[in-house]
Amino acid sequence: MNRFDYVRPRTIAEALSAAAQPGSAYLAAGTNLIDLMKIGVARPARLVDLNHLPGLDAIEGLPDGGLRLGAQVRNATLARDAGFARRFPAVAEALLAGASAQLRNAATVGGNILQRTRCAYFQDPDSACNRREPGSGCDARDGENRLHAVLGWSDACIATHPSDFCVPLVALDAVVEIEGSDGAREVPLRNFHLLPGTTPERESVLAPGELVVALRLPPGADRFAAHARYVKLRERTSYAFALVSAAAGLHVEEGRIVEARLALGGVAARPWRAEAAEIALAGAIPDAAAFRRAAELALAEARPSGENGFKIELARRIAVRALSLAASGTPTRLPALPASPFASSAGGLHD
Amino acid sequence: MSMSVTFTINRAARTVELDDPRVTLLDLLRERLDLAGTKKGCDRGQCGACTILLNGRRVNACLALAISHDGAEILTIEGLAEGDALHPVQAAFIEHDALQCGFCTPGQIMSAVGLIGEGEAGLDPERVREGMSGNLCRCGAYRGITEAVVAATQAMGAAGQEDAA
Repeated sequence: MNRFDYVRPRTIAEALSAAAQPGSAYLAAGTNLIDLMKIGVARPARLVDLNHLPGLDAIEGLPDGGLRLGAQVRNATLARDAGFARRFPAVAEALLAGASAQLRNAATVGGNILQRTRCAYFQDPDSACNRREPGSGCDARDGENRLHAVLGWSDACIATHPSDFCVPLVALDAVVEIEGSDGAREVPLRNFHLLPGTTPERESVLAPGELVVALRLPPGADRFAAHARYVKLRERTSYAFALVSAAAGLHVEEGRIVEARLALGGVAARPWRAEAAEIALAGAIPDAAAFRRAAELALAEARPSGENGFKIELARRIAVRALSLAASGTPTRLPALPASPFASSAGGLHD
Repeated sequence: MSMSVTFTINRAARTVELDDPRVTLLDLLRERLDLAGTKKGCDRGQCGACTILLNGRRVNACLALAISHDGAEILTIEGLAEGDALHPVQAAFIEHDALQCGFCTPGQIMSAVGLIGEGEAGLDPERVREGMSGNLCRCGAYRGITEAVVAATQAMGAAGQEDAA
């Protein structure tokens, strides 16, 4: 790990000022950053510690009916908040399907959205990686790439965004609150992460020194609570990143879908909102044919970036599964294996 | 730059002069405070051998910078027993033969204590397995570990409302 300066601001203004120095990075839990520093992928000259800043760890109901999640709220705290899980069950399920209990106890809301890709070549300083070192090439293109992107990738980069949490949040139109030296601004989460294009090193809309202070769920985002699920397929059933995942929310009245939400994870450099699928589902009867049609639309533009063509059909099937489970109703208690399409008990086919 | 940081470790106040901000809680415990019960396995948050309770919650000590946790309360495997009386989770691990080589065991036990405190797995082996998935055991003692955690949960009367209902 490189040497760095450590700064412990007491106010957001102090944090912004400390991080204005080039080479600075904000430290939340560090579950991703410290790991990347140990392997030499991240080499910040200065760490600005957010853990002693007051006021960033609140879960607050807003007068307009929305909900504000402070950037330093821990993943496990949010998932275990009974009021939150009741209103946003697919978000709670996604949180509990991510990482391990130890990591969820530490990792934060803000850190989750800013976590880096787990592409093995990005994480290996001896490999070519345009995201880590612009212009160096992409060893993933001809390497082990069965886990890589099938949507929105470019010749420069085929990495995926690894978050589970972001997938239902994008489906629910979450908004990112940002503060910078020029003041505050907000960006819809669905536009927060950038597709690689020719500049994969630019991973989000954040300018250097800007700080994510909160995520906000807009008023009415809880209207999908009765029919909301997150489904995640992994190469092992716990403590692994998604091969593909899907968050589905349905607002059903009198046997018809009034409004649908669908987003996919593990398929692109950002959580992937499937708007064409949502439009097709509006007004439809929630049955297998409608869900399959929606899944076809969601993956219509998908193409393999390597030996990962299988992920396209897999993503369709996971989308169908998430929509079907959402249609049958949010369970009163999360299954033993949150988000798993597989059995939680011997002999069962699935939950 | 040197910085003085204070912790409560296993119920005792400790003040440490940190001359380098790179020190993790794991290295602080093992290398500077002679508390080597917490193990360094992968040192990258993947194996769980370094699990401790930080302000009552189980975390990976290898990914936490000590300087950032100034003022924290820490419980390690060394602080679990009351004198000669083993903690119920320690006793259950012996009773259920929940280890072979023992390297992952301190992390397993601290993780189990955290899990039981969270109160969500109850006596359901499937939920216990899921709740313990952040702790790898290369000897494959998972069956014994699951049995031990369920037994300790029962012994501690902490099965939770879900199972009592």
